[in-house]
Amino acid sequence: MSPRVVFPNKILPYLLVAPQLAITLIFFYWPASQALRQSMLREDPFGLSSKFVWFANFKKVLSDPNYLNSIQVTAVFSIATAAVAMGTALLLAVMAEKVIRGRGVYRTLMIWPYAVAPAIAGMLWLFLFNPSIGSLAYGLRWLGINWDPLLDGEQAMALVVAAASWKQISYNFLFFVAGLQAIPKTLIEAAAIDGAKPTKRFWTIVFPLLAPTTFFLLVVNTVYAFFDTFGIIHAVTGGGPGKATETLVYKVYNDGFVNLILGDSAAQSVILMVIVIALTAIQFRYVEKKVHYG
Amino acid sequence: MKTLGFAAGVAATMTLLSSTSAFAVTEISWWHAMTGANNEVVDQLSKEFNESQSEYKVVPVFKGTYPETLNAGIAAFRAKQPPTIMQVFDAGTGTMMGAEGAIKPVAEILSMGGQAFDKSQYLPGIVAYYSKPDGTMLSFPYNSSSPILYYNKDIFQKAGLDVDNPPKTWGEVWDAAKKIKSSSAAPCGFTSTWLTWIHTENFAAWNNLSYGTNENGIGGTDVELKINAPAFVKHFQELADLAKDGTFKYGGRTSEAKQIFLAGECGIFTESSGGLGDIVKSGMNYGTGQLPYEADAAGAPQNTIPGGASLWVFAGLPDEQYKGVAAFFNFLSQTPIQARLHQVSGYLPVTLAAYEETKKSGFYDKNPAREIPIKQMMGKEPTENSKGVRLVNLPQVRDIENEELEKMLAGQQTAQQALDNTVARGNKAIQEAIGN
Repeated sequence: MSPRVVFPNKILPYLLVAPQLAITLIFFYWPASQALRQSMLREDPFGLSSKFVWFANFKKVLSDPNYLNSIQVTAVFSIATAAVAMGTALLLAVMAEKVIRGRGVYRTLMIWPYAVAPAIAGMLWLFLFNPSIGSLAYGLRWLGINWDPLLDGEQAMALVVAAASWKQISYNFLFFVAGLQAIPKTLIEAAAIDGAKPTKRFWTIVFPLLAPTTFFLLVVNTVYAFFDTFGIIHAVTGGGPGKATETLVYKVYNDGFVNLILGDSAAQSVILMVIVIALTAIQFRYVEKKVHYG
Repeated sequence: MKTLGFAAGVAATMTLLSSTSAFAVTEISWWHAMTGANNEVVDQLSKEFNESQSEYKVVPVFKGTYPETLNAGIAAFRAKQPPTIMQVFDAGTGTMMGAEGAIKPVAEILSMGGQAFDKSQYLPGIVAYYSKPDGTMLSFPYNSSSPILYYNKDIFQKAGLDVDNPPKTWGEVWDAAKKIKSSSAAPCGFTSTWLTWIHTENFAAWNNLSYGTNENGIGGTDVELKINAPAFVKHFQELADLAKDGTFKYGGRTSEAKQIFLAGECGIFTESSGGLGDIVKSGMNYGTGQLPYEADAAGAPQNTIPGGASLWVFAGLPDEQYKGVAAFFNFLSQTPIQARLHQVSGYLPVTLAAYEETKKSGFYDKNPAREIPIKQMMGKEPTENSKGVRLVNLPQVRDIENEELEKMLAGQQTAQQALDNTVARGNKAIQEAIGN
């Protein structure tokens, strides 16, 4: 048991937490309850007529093939983004360990992309791969690839995955570097003396010892891919072609703010809220408790 | 005693309030979505109006893109803090019309300003689009444009095409595009912005074909889409076939294809007349022509329909504000102002007098491209197919069209399948939007 702080009077502790409570109530509970209410209403954009429909909006959303499609899109997008972002970051972090001269400069440069806003990152990649003016698109065509992300759904997906993971590599890199530094050198040296090659040393010693970091990053990257990539998708594909890159978050925006179907959009955001709560619970339960550091 | 003092205080405040409002300037907020040079025009017009009189003050506020402005207005209305005037883009017209309790018809407001409102002074094609079935004008046309044809004269020359005679029908466009491609004058023959607005909505009006029942939604909100009729299928199948070898190149859902044309990749281009500015600026040796039509469509070319945006006024505001709006709209309708707006910005003039004056000044002899959209819209009296397309959820239906057409252009389905799917999905969305 952690030691309990004892306050001299009963009101003071409540006063001290009041600001935090107020912020949570105003910026989380109030909008969340509004979303919940809206999700059970069916009304016109101007709110001139509204009808309470219980869970009809949820039923409609969950039976909509487009919604199921967007779940699938989100799954593919999140897994691909997390895999690419983490894999590349791990490779770079391991390589950075081997750099002796200018290690600081190298690491600083690696962290830069994290400071770029998602929409800007999206625009950057959009320009590089724009079928008519992009320099990298020109290169792809020269290689004989029929590059047309405007019509080819898979290429569009590849493009948003590349942009989204590129932005997240820096963050992952930082954590992997820190994780690598925490691994005792003696273990690696002992293995080297026993004759284990670098690859063997990595997979049998470094990688398992990095597991806590990897698991933490997996959760963070999944949350990032789910909720933080709206700007990139909005700038690069707008959910197209067809509905090939319409993720759950993008669909909430599209149905609510473009198509003005507030009930459906609210129902979708409530479903997303449940997913966030689940992800956060997993993170607290497993990352904070089961994983031991060091 | 306490109550008495309170009542007296209230009375005093009321007197103060009413006396100040009698002398104060009435503020009229104007939410808009204009950027760059067009934003300057908005500020300039407001400034001129404010200087021309002392009773009202128009305060323009930039609210982001068209959909963002519409959303901001809707949110403000729901929070009971609406602006006086809001600029709404063409596709949002149906949404605004569907909200009968939220808006006040402009025709009503204009007659509140003391002057009788004379509809015949305004360009019929534009006014019809922004009017109710009974002819009441609901919003004030501010920036209107219509799609026309652009072509690159250098590419035409290289391909051995007639530089002074742009193709007039879609058949001629396809032939010219194929020639451009096969002669390697350019990597692609034809591209277009806005497949929805130009190749579906305007295609229907220009060829006098029905887009949907109930006069394309002008006559009532319950609309059944008709865009899987044979003429549409033929047109889109031709586009899909040309897309296979790159004779037609898709640029994106809105104006993205302009880059392709400006980069000299394609020889022929359909785009809004409002896009002329960028093409002029690029220094390209360009030519313009009427929007192409279907040679075998009876009565084609009929008339094109306007795009752009109009100004809507919210309901439930104090009368002084409406009088101010009337004064402002009358100010905007003045011939010299309209003529200048038209010539400087490239928007269509709203009044006939402004068109006549611009014509007299010889402006069109030097800038023939500016007259094409007006002629397209004025040539014939609009039919039930060509007054415009008005759906409560037109942005959503356009999204559906885009999705299905993209799948078609990617070779995943035929034009018939794409348009059948569009009609099925679109009809379902329309029924949901009108509450059935």
